[in-house]
Amino acid sequence: MNLPKKHLRQRPYFEPRLPQRNRMASIWQSVFQLSTTIGMITLALLLFTVVNQTFGLVAIDNKVDPASLAVNGLPIEELDQQTLINIIKQNVSPGKFRQLEREEPLAERTREEVYQVVVDDVVQPNEIVGTWTLVESLTMRKAILTEVEQEYPQASVSFTSWIDPQFVTSPQSSDVLEAGVRTAILGSLYIIIITIVVALPVGIGAAIYLEEYASNNWLNRLIQTNINNLAGVPSIIYGMLGLAIFVRTLGPFTSGAIFGISDTDTANGRTILSAGLTLAILVLPLLIINVQEAIRAVPNSLREGSYGLGATQWQTIWHHVLPNAMPGILTGAILSISRAIGETAPLVVIGAATYITFDPTGPFSKFTTLPIQIYQWTSRAQEEFHNIAAAAILVLLVLLLSLNAGAILLRNRYARNKNY
Amino acid sequence: MSENTSKVAIQARNLNIYYGSFRAVKEVNLFIESQKVTAIIGPSGCGKSTVLRSFNRMNELVPTAHSEGEVLFMGQDIYNRLVDPVELRRRVGMVFQKPNPFTKSIYENVAWGARLNGFKAGLGKPSMDDWVEYCLRKAALWDEVKDKLNQSGLSLSGGQQQRLCIARTLAVSPEVILMDEPASALDPIATLKIEELMRELAEEYTIIVVTHNMQQAARVSDFTAFFSMDQDRAGYMVEYGPTTQIFTLPQNKMTEDYITGRFG
Repeated sequence: MNLPKKHLRQRPYFEPRLPQRNRMASIWQSVFQLSTTIGMITLALLLFTVVNQTFGLVAIDNKVDPASLAVNGLPIEELDQQTLINIIKQNVSPGKFRQLEREEPLAERTREEVYQVVVDDVVQPNEIVGTWTLVESLTMRKAILTEVEQEYPQASVSFTSWIDPQFVTSPQSSDVLEAGVRTAILGSLYIIIITIVVALPVGIGAAIYLEEYASNNWLNRLIQTNINNLAGVPSIIYGMLGLAIFVRTLGPFTSGAIFGISDTDTANGRTILSAGLTLAILVLPLLIINVQEAIRAVPNSLREGSYGLGATQWQTIWHHVLPNAMPGILTGAILSISRAIGETAPLVVIGAATYITFDPTGPFSKFTTLPIQIYQWTSRAQEEFHNIAAAAILVLLVLLLSLNAGAILLRNRYARNKNY
Repeated sequence: MSENTSKVAIQARNLNIYYGSFRAVKEVNLFIESQKVTAIIGPSGCGKSTVLRSFNRMNELVPTAHSEGEVLFMGQDIYNRLVDPVELRRRVGMVFQKPNPFTKSIYENVAWGARLNGFKAGLGKPSMDDWVEYCLRKAALWDEVKDKLNQSGLSLSGGQQQRLCIARTLAVSPEVILMDEPASALDPIATLKIEELMRELAEEYTIIVVTHNMQQAARVSDFTAFFSMDQDRAGYMVEYGPTTQIFTLPQNKMTEDYITGRFG
């Protein structure tokens, strides 16, 4: 108000440059849209690659060419039951035929069952001679069929989905047609349960302490800085930590020896328990940071209201802070679980088995997990193992999505109750 | 002095409050009469809220805050080590500037504090349902919410939320209610309702209200304390007395300037 008069006489000069400003605005908008698009394309490519490998034509060489079994020009797929039984009688040894009849008389079986016997015991598919991706199968079907016809006259070509109920329920096997991910799924689930059971209470507890109780002194600041740094430590370091602590030092505990469980197969602490604990430590910093973030987002006015009524600190935390932080806590849990379920490196370091055919029976079993199984299959030279690796990736994705869906449902239930 | 003690709810003696090394409030001496409305007015940053929050040790939630001097509640120094702040805060309740209902149902908002403090029903005493209804009636909210007690407290309007917070405070049966600018976030009609409520509650409770609004202080309070701050930004009490006197015959030039709107 006390400015000299001359300042008021001349109004300031503005140069709006509106076209330039608006152009800048739209350029930045395009940049951000482009980033999103690149992300989406990458994701789509990833899914495409996996799906492309999982489905496709497979040529299997047979001991007997199915075409040679045709009767009156009809292929075996279209023959009736009696003709099929005759084919079996003519082509297997009398002893084998008697054995089949003893199991269940062929005449009393359904036509499909008899057909399966023809395939298994007469045609005897034994070796995969070629696999093709989904795109190849769809676009060059004719060429593939001709090629197989020329090179392997006995072989039959069929469109196959590598992921099927049999794949999910079968244990690991060296025969690619028999192999499944049952052992790996169970291993992953066991480990993730141990990780959740250990990491969630510890992580939430530590976050509550740091946010609600810890005073602002150098020690607590040091702890906080360390947690933030630990979240960025490469996972293989945690593997070495797990190897040193859980496998070597605490070997008697993690192998179950001190509980009197001395399974010779549970090779010295390289067990599900060790793996679960290692992954729990791995996700702890991430979890703590996320839960802290969630707790910090609870408005202070809510705490004051609670204290103002004569609530203790614990009552305030339990009745107001935690319920209101729950959606954020669950988001942190989702991130941690996703991280843990996909980890490979630390498990390789602590000694996950790459080839086991028996189911894990408890925390003291040897184990393998889906990522390790996938890694092992992709490093095989044979093409067909890459196909089942792709199928296993799909299984892993489905497992991950269903675990996360559970947590998201839970989160939405909590989030509905609050609306600020 | 001894005959006064029965009527004095809270007395501050040489109260100094610090945030770290900064002295926010210096040398406050005042006594609050029970079952009256006492208003604390003054310009922004003069430590009104800080003084109010020292009456139920709410300042302790700020890690750097500490105080010197005495605050006597019913003759007892509340900063004595033997006093449990949890019990103190039940007896000296608080209503905040921004309505802060809990993320619970309307019923639970009121019942929670009572249950927390060991509310026991039966033996001729009211049941929880009766008590919740009583508190909501006292807060002039019952008629508006009686059909939706299970809805979230956050579904109410701002003014209703603030009255819910008052009902919640009444539910733990306090003797003093501290109100920190309870109507500053509300529209004029909601403000009027809160003011009427304060007058009614003063028949039973001691009310201390911090306000920016001088008309509000003049309308609702029996006593008024005027705070200001000195050169080193420490708040102090300029004048204290019956509201009519402060607003008609202020003893201090600064008080007169403030209430006539010449500064602050």
